[in-house]
Amino acid sequence: MTPLQTYFPLAIAFIVAGALAALLVGAAALLGPRRPSAVKAAPFECGSDPIGSARERFGVKFYMVALLFIVFDVEAVFVYPWAVLLRDLGWSGYIAMAFFAFTLVIGLAYVWKKGALEMETD
Amino acid sequence: MPRKIVIWVVLAALVVTFVGVLGARMAEGAVLPEIILGPLGLTDALFYLFAAMTFAGAATVALSKNILHSALGLLAALMGTGSLYVFLSADFLAVTQLLVYIGGVLVLILFAVMLTNRITEVKISNASLGLVGGGALLVATVPVLVFVAIATPWATIVPAELAPTTREIGNAFLTRWLLPFELASLVLLATLIGAVVIARKELKQDEPDTSVS
Amino acid sequence: MPVNYSPPPKSTPKVIVAVTLAAAAGIPFLFLGLVLLLTPVLKPATIDGLLSNAGIDPSWRTPAYVAALFVLALLMMNYGAIFSGVITWWERRVAGRIQSRIGPNRAGFGGFFIFIADAVKMLLKEDLVPADADALLFRAAPYFVVTGFALTFVVLPFGHSLVVTDLNVGVFYVTSVTALVVVGILISGWASNSKWALFGGVRAAAQVISYEIPAGVSIFVPIAMAGTLSMQGIIRAQGGLPWEWFVFRNPAALIAFFVLFTSQLAEANRTPFDLPEAESELVAGYLSEYSGFRFALFFLVEWGNIWVLSAIVTTLFLGGWQIPFVSAEYIDGLRGAGVLPSLAWWGWNAVSMAVFTAKTIALCNLVIWLRWTLPRVRVDQMMGLCWKYLVPAAFACFVFTLFWELAVSVAPRIELVSGVGFTVIAVVLAVLFARRVHQNIQAVQGEKIDLSNW
Repeated sequence: MTPLQTYFPLAIAFIVAGALAALLVGAAALLGPRRPSAVKAAPFECGSDPIGSARERFGVKFYMVALLFIVFDVEAVFVYPWAVLLRDLGWSGYIAMAFFAFTLVIGLAYVWKKGALEMETD
Repeated sequence: MPRKIVIWVVLAALVVTFVGVLGARMAEGAVLPEIILGPLGLTDALFYLFAAMTFAGAATVALSKNILHSALGLLAALMGTGSLYVFLSADFLAVTQLLVYIGGVLVLILFAVMLTNRITEVKISNASLGLVGGGALLVATVPVLVFVAIATPWATIVPAELAPTTREIGNAFLTRWLLPFELASLVLLATLIGAVVIARKELKQDEPDTSVS
Repeated sequence: MPVNYSPPPKSTPKVIVAVTLAAAAGIPFLFLGLVLLLTPVLKPATIDGLLSNAGIDPSWRTPAYVAALFVLALLMMNYGAIFSGVITWWERRVAGRIQSRIGPNRAGFGGFFIFIADAVKMLLKEDLVPADADALLFRAAPYFVVTGFALTFVVLPFGHSLVVTDLNVGVFYVTSVTALVVVGILISGWASNSKWALFGGVRAAAQVISYEIPAGVSIFVPIAMAGTLSMQGIIRAQGGLPWEWFVFRNPAALIAFFVLFTSQLAEANRTPFDLPEAESELVAGYLSEYSGFRFALFFLVEWGNIWVLSAIVTTLFLGGWQIPFVSAEYIDGLRGAGVLPSLAWWGWNAVSMAVFTAKTIALCNLVIWLRWTLPRVRVDQMMGLCWKYLVPAAFACFVFTLFWELAVSVAPRIELVSGVGFTVIAVVLAVLFARRVHQNIQAVQGEKIDLSNW
């Protein structure tokens, strides 16, 4: 199998899914009624007029979560090739990876200790 | 207005190039299925498609005034680049691109936009700055890039077989590149600590924390 | 003012019963049958063979291959859509029974056609874009979610040779392609220009990316045990009998199984982790401003994801399509040298597909059951569960697996001991559970409510 043959179905699935979704949304736009009004177009806020901007500032915690995610993601990228090899490597690979994982666990413990994992904002 | 013109010119140039290449192949004389996918080849066609996607995405990042549209452009550019890795038989790298850059970095950027203190005018949140400096940089780098593109003896053969790269990558990590591999964990640790320090600074400010969760 | 309400007739007309039963039996038969037939045939080598047999010019090879892939992708997409439709019906029926009410019972026998009625209704709704919304992003967001879903669906193995494409980096790819869904959700929340949508979108994104970490780390366990990232490779490293499944073969894998299942629930925004669309606090989260078919697309993906998550867990831990007492190599051997495989090969492939589908549907039922049993968790509990329990647990499983694999390389027998031991425990627990349920049903027999109105 060439790389193309293996990955080509993904490109096709991407196109077909997009096209099918577009087709259905298009059909809905054709079939459905179209009676726009100011009230309908207003964002939902429990029936009253929207107060202030909807684009509020968000808690820094979410940014923390995304950063944590990237760190552990990159870690996963390093570990996957190694996990595949686990049976062949034996102790030497195990020690190398133990050091790697240990560093990250220290990081997680630090973040935990500093309270960055608590979601309460008050 | 000039921004829009630039976008259209770039897109038109892409389409003209693609049609030109197709036309040149057709002029060489090809039967019906070959006109569609023949000597140009499915691989080539897909390559141009993904290259165009990368380019268009990158152009959007640079030219869009709305920072979220730029983020969308970045998504296209990153996906295009990831797809191009597949052509080099580097599937592990391609998926890594998807996981780390789209799943991680792009989401981080989107969060960062939402963290920013009230972008009231979203529509012009990505204003053009430093046109002169940017222009100078462009003039300085384009000749270098063009020279590299022309002078490099590119390997043009598409790998016939998809060799699993995961094992080789693992082997390389744990033998030859062991030290950089372990250092990477320290870099990640530093990132974690840095994130916590930044987040704490943010919370320590005297202003009442009006953010929501 | 009195409402003019006429109860539905007690007995459904026989024609409707017949049509419903035919559809209920026909839909899986049609789709699974097509998957069974098309996935092995629409491979480059088979297409080449078929073309040369039919005496067609080989230059048609590439167009034929492209056309074949379009057919396959369309089939997969429709399979996902129809399955998520059927499961919305099934979920509402199960919810009805769990809450001692009837559930949908009007459209067709047992309300089976309600999902079609829903789809038609969605098609006929007005397509609204809120004022001040970022129209481009608002319209684009559902496509990210749908394509992200479709890209997962094509790499799921349905049976022995029934997979559209088996990637070398299969599991890794499946965990990463969720990125598209995250971006879609985040963008939809932002573009709506509604507070509820923004809160829901950010919460959903934070939840999905957080739970990707325990999911990713617990996946290390089956990868380390199988020594490959390919979905088919991981299934082939297991066996058909319960003690040959990864989940029982290693004590850490049993924990990793629960960690993965929980994280997948959270990634699919299923109860108890449905905070992003918690009705009581966020209206409908990032879906608040969506209407018509765009809304339907989000929902299609949400229910389709139940199949995806069940299929992933089945693949990684529950032996996938492996048939008891029949090895994958035996089926390989039956293929024969012809362009099309032999009849026995097709037969065993059908059996393997049945095994996989049965396991996956059993897990889907578990997902539905959990939804109607557990209350929703709070945001801080959700984050705490992920980072303080699941991530450390997943890391512990991972480290234990390292030792376990080293031990297995010395004494291979411990895998069998662990497998048989856990299988026995699981069977005993299942029997005890069934007896308890039976007792409970006996206890309330007298106060049974009339649910005979289908």
